[in-house]
Amino acid sequence: MFATKQWLIIGLMAVLAGCGGSSGTMMDEGTAADDGGASSDDSASLSSSGDDDLMSGGAYDDPTEAGGALEVRVVYFDFDKADVDEASRALLTGHGDYLAENSAREVRLEGHGDERGSREYNIGLGERRAQAVRQILLLNGASASQLSTVSYGEERPAVLGSDEEAWSLNRRVELIYNP
Amino acid sequence: MIVVKKYLLSMVLVYAVFTNVNAELRIEITGGVEQAVPIAIVPFGWQGDGARPFDVSQTLSNDLANSGRFNPLPPDEMLERPLTGRDIDFGDWRILGIEVVIVGQLLQTGDDEYTIQFQLFDVFRGKQLLGYRQPATRKQLRNATHLVADMIYEELTGIRGIFSTRIAYITVEGKPPKQRFRLIVADADGENARILVESNEPLMSPSWSPDGRKLAYVSFEKRQSEIYVQTLRSGARKRVSSRAGVNGSPSWSPDGRKLALTLSKTDGNLDIYILDLQSQVLTRLTNRGSIDTEATWSKDGSMIYFTSDRAGQPQIYRIPARGGKASRVSFEGPYNARSRLSPSAEQIAIVHNDRGNYRIGLIGLDRGYLQVLTKGSLDESPSFAPNGETLIYATRDRQKGVLATVTVDGRIHQRISVVKGDVREPAWSPFRRN
Repeated sequence: MFATKQWLIIGLMAVLAGCGGSSGTMMDEGTAADDGGASSDDSASLSSSGDDDLMSGGAYDDPTEAGGALEVRVVYFDFDKADVDEASRALLTGHGDYLAENSAREVRLEGHGDERGSREYNIGLGERRAQAVRQILLLNGASASQLSTVSYGEERPAVLGSDEEAWSLNRRVELIYNP
Repeated sequence: MIVVKKYLLSMVLVYAVFTNVNAELRIEITGGVEQAVPIAIVPFGWQGDGARPFDVSQTLSNDLANSGRFNPLPPDEMLERPLTGRDIDFGDWRILGIEVVIVGQLLQTGDDEYTIQFQLFDVFRGKQLLGYRQPATRKQLRNATHLVADMIYEELTGIRGIFSTRIAYITVEGKPPKQRFRLIVADADGENARILVESNEPLMSPSWSPDGRKLAYVSFEKRQSEIYVQTLRSGARKRVSSRAGVNGSPSWSPDGRKLALTLSKTDGNLDIYILDLQSQVLTRLTNRGSIDTEATWSKDGSMIYFTSDRAGQPQIYRIPARGGKASRVSFEGPYNARSRLSPSAEQIAIVHNDRGNYRIGLIGLDRGYLQVLTKGSLDESPSFAPNGETLIYATRDRQKGVLATVTVDGRIHQRISVVKGDVREPAWSPFRRN
């Protein structure tokens, strides 16, 4: 499972590299979809028979959805720590850029811990992790008004289980974009 | 309009009324019985209209057996069944090795008036140790019986009984992300369980008011942590903290006028504050870059014990409740958290990392010794019984969250489970006020 996590992060970094590190190009990239849209040209010409011209649209592409460049919206942490590792930092840079370019988007940062130790102390760890992610997003251009945080401590595990694998998946911050 | 909508929403998510649920807790003694005192509780007589309204002797027997200190003789092994002291043939009990005999009757004295009459005898000396008539209405018979068990326990051990106290706890059903959280209050024997709050979002950290009439707790029902205070009898509740960031770890001052709590506010750093419940004045007690949380008051209200990772890992500290300099209390091991002060104020119970296992420990406050009481790997949330003899805590039994008790001498162990789901965060009530 740890291997899967690594793979997702590497995959994301490849996608980020592909768009030259500027997520602002993502909406533009959508226009490249035109090359598969010969039939849509046809329908556009049919619609010219009398009615007002429609304004030209753009591709709909939410990079935070599944398959999008920012589909990985979870950052993982070591035990009793809130340090963001290099790979997660790259991931968050992508999200920070996207938020900077899309001021209407808001994201809720949900901090979590594993089940070990006391519950309220784990609320503290979850909050510290959410704040660490928040700082990186702010440094990358997100504004404070786009970000909110909440800590669930160990109350909302991603997976059930009492082993290293489950614990490593539960020590996390989830980025929840509002629709 | 917005206010009304919000109110309706919270009604859908949560209902804050007492609902009776079936006896949910199952108690089994897992150690310590072999040293129990052999005792006989003779089935009580009944004088009144119709069927007997409550089985007093069965409940007394369960209470005394649950303490782990007594081993009641099954009624079918008794050679006689006297109802008063006059009818006891002590020889019949000496043969069976019984040391203490309890006889009594439930008497109806009015329309809704009953009396539990009982006598306690020392078999070897053939002498009455205690005799009492406890009045009750029909509804009060269960509580009155627990009070009788308290009297018997105190007479025989010299320690105040806790059978008439209650336990608050959180239950969780379902798998994430779809889980149902309930805050429940039950009698100490697990009977009479009632739901106080129910929510699809986490409920945490129940804390009893010193008069035993209210509970403070944390609810995420609005998808943010908030602290509520709820009156048990009426079910009415009040939101006392809903500030930005973390609202956690409520703990009542011994005079019941203040709550210590943990807030992160907007800077995201957890600190301990004291909220005056009447004036709503909030006073900051700690001011550090560390996690400062899990406050609990000393008996006289002058000190606050809390968890802080200011030295790198969580340890217990104490600070004057009026503000001042914090001093470290725990030193042994890399992780000591969530302290609770014993009623004698001589020790604190903590969650202690014992070579990778999270266990319940006791730290003596005068000499600083540490004693590890439990053997689990994920033990947490210790809470003292008000007589200081027993601790209840949360542990695991084959992946299931259960509760367990251990006497402070480490001798008697009990396991308490719920029929469905997990149970956690037990909080033992104060003594009931008569």
